Amino acid sequence: MKTSVMLGTLALAGLAGAAQAATLDDVKARGTLNCGVNPGLTGFAAPDASGTWQGFDVDLCRAIAAAALGDPAKVNYIPLSGETRFTALAAGEVDVLARNSTWTFSRDTDLKLDFPAVNYYDGQGFLAPRALGVASAKELDGATVCIQTGTTTELNLADFFRVNNITYEPVPIANDAEGRQQYLAGACDVYTTDASGLASVRATFETPDDHVILPEIISKEPLGPAVRHGDTEWADIVRWTFYALVTAEELGITAANVAEMAAAPTENPEINRLLGTEDEYGTMAGLDQQWAVRVVQAGGNYGEIFERNLGESTSIGLARGLNALWTQGGLMYAPPFR
Amino acid sequence: MTIAAEPPRRAFRPSQLINDSRYRGLTIQVVALLLLAGLIAYLGHNLVVNLRALGKDFDFGFLGNRAGYDIGQTLISYTNNDTHARAALVGMLNTLLVAALGCVTATVIGVLAGVLRLSKNWLIGRLMTVYVELFRNVPLLLWIVLVHAVLSNATPIPAEFRGEGATASMVFGVIAFTAQGTFIPWPVWGEGAELLTVVLLLSILAALVWRSYARRRQMATGRPLPVLWVALAILVLPTVLAFLLLGRPVTFDVPTMRETGIARFNGGVNILNSLVALWFALALYTGAFIAEIVRGGILAVSRGQSEAAFALGLRPGRTMRLVILPQALRVIVPPLISQYLNLTKNTSLAVAVGYADLRATLGGVTMNQTGRELESILLLGLFYLVVSLVISGAMNVYNRRIALKER
Repeated sequence: MKTSVMLGTLALAGLAGAAQAATLDDVKARGTLNCGVNPGLTGFAAPDASGTWQGFDVDLCRAIAAAALGDPAKVNYIPLSGETRFTALAAGEVDVLARNSTWTFSRDTDLKLDFPAVNYYDGQGFLAPRALGVASAKELDGATVCIQTGTTTELNLADFFRVNNITYEPVPIANDAEGRQQYLAGACDVYTTDASGLASVRATFETPDDHVILPEIISKEPLGPAVRHGDTEWADIVRWTFYALVTAEELGITAANVAEMAAAPTENPEINRLLGTEDEYGTMAGLDQQWAVRVVQAGGNYGEIFERNLGESTSIGLARGLNALWTQGGLMYAPPFR
Repeated sequence: MTIAAEPPRRAFRPSQLINDSRYRGLTIQVVALLLLAGLIAYLGHNLVVNLRALGKDFDFGFLGNRAGYDIGQTLISYTNNDTHARAALVGMLNTLLVAALGCVTATVIGVLAGVLRLSKNWLIGRLMTVYVELFRNVPLLLWIVLVHAVLSNATPIPAEFRGEGATASMVFGVIAFTAQGTFIPWPVWGEGAELLTVVLLLSILAALVWRSYARRRQMATGRPLPVLWVALAILVLPTVLAFLLLGRPVTFDVPTMRETGIARFNGGVNILNSLVALWFALALYTGAFIAEIVRGGILAVSRGQSEAAFALGLRPGRTMRLVILPQALRVIVPPLISQYLNLTKNTSLAVAVGYADLRATLGGVTMNQTGRELESILLLGLFYLVVSLVISGAMNVYNRRIALKER
């Protein structure tokens, strides 16, 4: 009897230890940020020739690490497939998921995730060989379609074909590399995923010009970082790290001039509040005063990050489009730092 | 008068629980049980607490919700308007399909390779050794991916079958091997097909009756009757006759390339490359293990048995079939059960080639879309457990039938 009482006490003690601490404290105690990324999507997250992770989502991980830990290099990148990503986040394997994931109602509520911000407004499209002779997605009756499982695109695809009363045959694939291989082998007639992903995959083809992205965008895909539901302090840090990047672009703060602007208070009070030369915005978020300076230093502002990874000068060649600042006709709109 | 010498009864002392061999076993068992119960309680409690921390509950209600996704290959009708439960059922049937195909093919390959490896022909023996060693020593996943890559890269795409300048053509004009699957003709049951089925069943019965008659006759008189040819005739002739008399009730729906739109075969049935890849790789891989089991079983039968059979004048083929294999089966069947179980569980590697088995539907898309990891994985585990137990139970019944009868 005494043994079982003792065991019970032990069990309770173990439980108390296992109870979840705040994510920020965990990250600080660990010294690195565990960031879930795409296993390989050029422009968003992919290791380069020397094995260093590069990309649009990777730069967000670096910015968050710069804010929370003071060093953008202290990121542990964890590649996750479309199927495993949310489980990994829920289980605490990653602190933040920056893996071009679509913000949807059921993911926000039923899956118990939080999407603090949208860092890329996207939509689902189709990539087809020119030889297929198809000008519109509505002509795809009877097509075999490569589709990543465990994504919203899988559900959009079913809806799109149902609404247009045409048929298709799905070929499920696990990631973009497999999709590329199957598509090029002809195992599917068309490949569907977010239009940005299609541009990224097409950029890796030997002859990108033989393939067209069909004009139809069949869904709304607001892509953004995700965190676990319930830790609002951590969600705030991710959210405002991203908005710091957007605000920096709006205010003309770049990686090149941020140090100079943060050296002394400027004429613009919003710049001063953001860069910590006025008021104490960093401490309000549980960070220090210099956090936003480091965030911009890590990889530049939102516009710089976009241009370097996805912009028209890169092989992917995406225009800003919906992702331009609101002042330039886009949807990127950060709440005020006030 | 005798006085029974009462052994001195001493009061029970707690130290006896450890020092006295009469009680020690009991003590250890009680402690182990308590530890186990504590561990299970700890894990269960941990689960409840952590689920609560994540704000999740434990509920199978999601199975009744609309699935919303499509599945490439289905044995029963399924649309994206059906429920997650139906999608899981489709996956289950797909798993069972590839497991059944795999087990049958692996057994055929395994028995052939196992017997041939013992062949006196140097070349055949060595070839089988190469096959067994090659497949046994390379991971199954690699074989699945390899077969799939070959199937989808070495075959033409459907567009190449179209029009005047078609660069690819169908085998025998009816089968098309393409990068998107193999299109084969499929029977269509017309008027009078039921009668034809009845005729076929009756002729199978008649063939079995003839076989047992021939056997009894041989037992009684020692004179063998021809079994194979007569049985074949009984099987084929009435069916063919009925087929013609009923006006060809069964026709074949041959796949044809459609004229407009995206190049695609209409009619027939498309066997996906993922199914073929999984089936072949599983059969060849497990076949290599079964070959070794069969070889071991045959070698376990003492040489005296075959010498005795030869002395009686039995030819090598009959010696193998009537003397060696029945005895070898007793050694072969128990490990064969494990191979069947392995094959069935290995079907979950379907994920590598995108075949829609249960792991891909319930344990893949459904789990991901609904976020019900615990429930899905529990159901998945339960399914494989039940299937394995059924296979193992059925094979044990068979094993008891062929086992040495001890009276």
